[in-house]
Amino acid sequence: MRFFLRRFMFYVITFWAAVTINFIIPRLLPGDPVSALIAKNQGRISPDATEALRALFGLDENVSIWQQYLDYWNLILHGELGISFTYFPTPVTEVIQQALPWTIGLVGIATIISFTIGTLIGTGIGWRRGTWADSLLPISTFFSSVPYFWLALIAISLFSVTLGWFPASGSYDRSLVPTWSWEFIGSVIYYGFLPAMTIVISSIAGWILGMRNMMVTVSSEDYVTVAQAKGLSERAVMFGYAARNAVLPQVSSFALSLGFIVGGTLVMEIVFSYQGIGYFLFTAVAAKDYPLMQGIFLVITLAVLFANIVADFVYGVLDPRTRQEG
Amino acid sequence: MSITSPLGHPQAQPQPQPQQLTPVSDPVLEIKNLSVDYGYDGDPVHVLRQVSLTLGRGEVLGLAGESGCGKSTLAYAATRLLPPPGLITGGEVLFTDRDGRQTDILRLNDAQLRASRWQDLAIVFQGAMNSLNPVFRIGRQIADGIRAHRPEVSQKEALERSAELLELVGISPDRLRSYPHQLSGGMRQRVMIAMALALDPQVLIMDEPTTALDVVMQRQIVEQIADLRERLGFSVIFITHDVSLLIEIADRIAIMYAGEIVEDAAALDVYQRPRHPYSSALLHSFPPLRGPRRELTGIPGSPPDLSKLGGGCPFRDRCAFAFDACSKVNPELVHPNVVGDDPRRSVACLRHDPAAVRAVGEEPLPVPPELSLR
Repeated sequence: MRFFLRRFMFYVITFWAAVTINFIIPRLLPGDPVSALIAKNQGRISPDATEALRALFGLDENVSIWQQYLDYWNLILHGELGISFTYFPTPVTEVIQQALPWTIGLVGIATIISFTIGTLIGTGIGWRRGTWADSLLPISTFFSSVPYFWLALIAISLFSVTLGWFPASGSYDRSLVPTWSWEFIGSVIYYGFLPAMTIVISSIAGWILGMRNMMVTVSSEDYVTVAQAKGLSERAVMFGYAARNAVLPQVSSFALSLGFIVGGTLVMEIVFSYQGIGYFLFTAVAAKDYPLMQGIFLVITLAVLFANIVADFVYGVLDPRTRQEG
Repeated sequence: MSITSPLGHPQAQPQPQPQQLTPVSDPVLEIKNLSVDYGYDGDPVHVLRQVSLTLGRGEVLGLAGESGCGKSTLAYAATRLLPPPGLITGGEVLFTDRDGRQTDILRLNDAQLRASRWQDLAIVFQGAMNSLNPVFRIGRQIADGIRAHRPEVSQKEALERSAELLELVGISPDRLRSYPHQLSGGMRQRVMIAMALALDPQVLIMDEPTTALDVVMQRQIVEQIADLRERLGFSVIFITHDVSLLIEIADRIAIMYAGEIVEDAAALDVYQRPRHPYSSALLHSFPPLRGPRRELTGIPGSPPDLSKLGGGCPFRDRCAFAFDACSKVNPELVHPNVVGDDPRRSVACLRHDPAAVRAVGEEPLPVPPELSLR
């Protein structure tokens, strides 16, 4: 129990640091978001509204930076992240709420598929070294070393433009109303297939390579030889003894990659015009939409933190040596 | 008690022909002409060359030699656990069951081999620290070996059996729920011994089971093995580089050098009446615990590079008794050329084998007094 309490304290401190940095960085950026907003609206907002806008965005010059910091915390703890400039007057939380499920759904499932298939292939290749299966390695490594946007563009030009099998952009058929109907879900899967496919292809090499190398290392451990000497079945030795230990580093990198799902898919969402969080981040940066940027950064930070907690917990379950008892 | 000490046999047996060796009666494991190469390419290293060794039922056979002489390779090859690039190139490993049925371990198919492992022949490995899977409780690790061979046994029964086994080696049964990292090195090695005894095997191969432990723990483990052997009646091949340890525990000792057995005799015979120059030199490398003081000489030089062995005796460069014939012919195991020796002992030295010396046209030399002690 003390172990989890200590971990919890660690995460609280990390969270505080992340939020503080998130507060400071936009204030260090050059340019004034309020003047940018007024300039962008080209006279539709009266310059008299400047002060009101400043107060609205928490940038009131009459308030000390310390007070701004406290206000910021107050807002975050109440789940308020301000109002987006680009989608004025929609609150940032609402924008993120709309975007997040798309990213988590698509990239999350793609990452899980990639991890599962990659780890299984890596297990097989690592267990039986020197067979034809080894040739999968250079092929998958080729796809992961190709720049992602290029791979995605090739996929679009081949499967959408030339063959016409899949749509080139978007996340569902716009003629449908988003409901939990099979028709709509089918459409989401159909639109998501190509982006998910490209993510799997470009990321699977890492999982295969990582698992294969760990399998090779673990296979020469004494306890694997002992398991063989005990006369356990090949499957029991391969999964129960070799893969069970080889998968440990994979699990921690999997948890970390879950954290990056939220932030790390900018390119995919731009190439496929997929309405996920990366796409909104891109538009927010282009439009100098500070509240939205800040909000998205905060969500990304929280996602990475959460993934770390999960990794810590799962690792503790899988590897008794990392548990600090007593 | 099924244990027959070779030392206890009457000496009044008829003297056999020098070239013919009396076989061990009631063998449980016979290794015949086992050869192992390392490397698949055109120039493999011959690590084991035509090694033959017989383990009698209920016997403790010690296997001693310097590092790199092939002791562990022999254990791995005989159980077909040799990791690549090791390759068994020839020979037989005959296992005789309690009912007299004989099987060649090297010719079993995969399923038969898995069924035979642990049941007929179990191994305790050198690295006690790494022999247990770090992520499973030790109870589970003992139990899964039992359940792999006896699928009808429930997990609960297997764990009960595991608890008994732990008690057998002097570990509290509540340790079943411990992870390996919660045990000391000595306890882990005891767990390994308990695990090896799980299916009541007839042969136990112990590959330097005490090497990583301190001397007090070594002593305890060795006594434990001797005690368990008395109670359970299994046979042991005990591999070590520590000859002084073997003299205490083994009934018979085989000395290995450069991938070959050079001497095979009762433990006391090896200790008091070594016949091979290497055995003699090995015994003069450590002080005796009891008896008169001896001069410590050590062995000059270092073991030969196994990839550069030509013909001839591999020990000749370090041997005080080498003569011309030693570079021409590699000696085979024969009965020592000393009157009154135990008929079952054998030695691979040209000093004891005048026939082989004459065969290459050299004049045989007599056995030096150091190698014909009574």
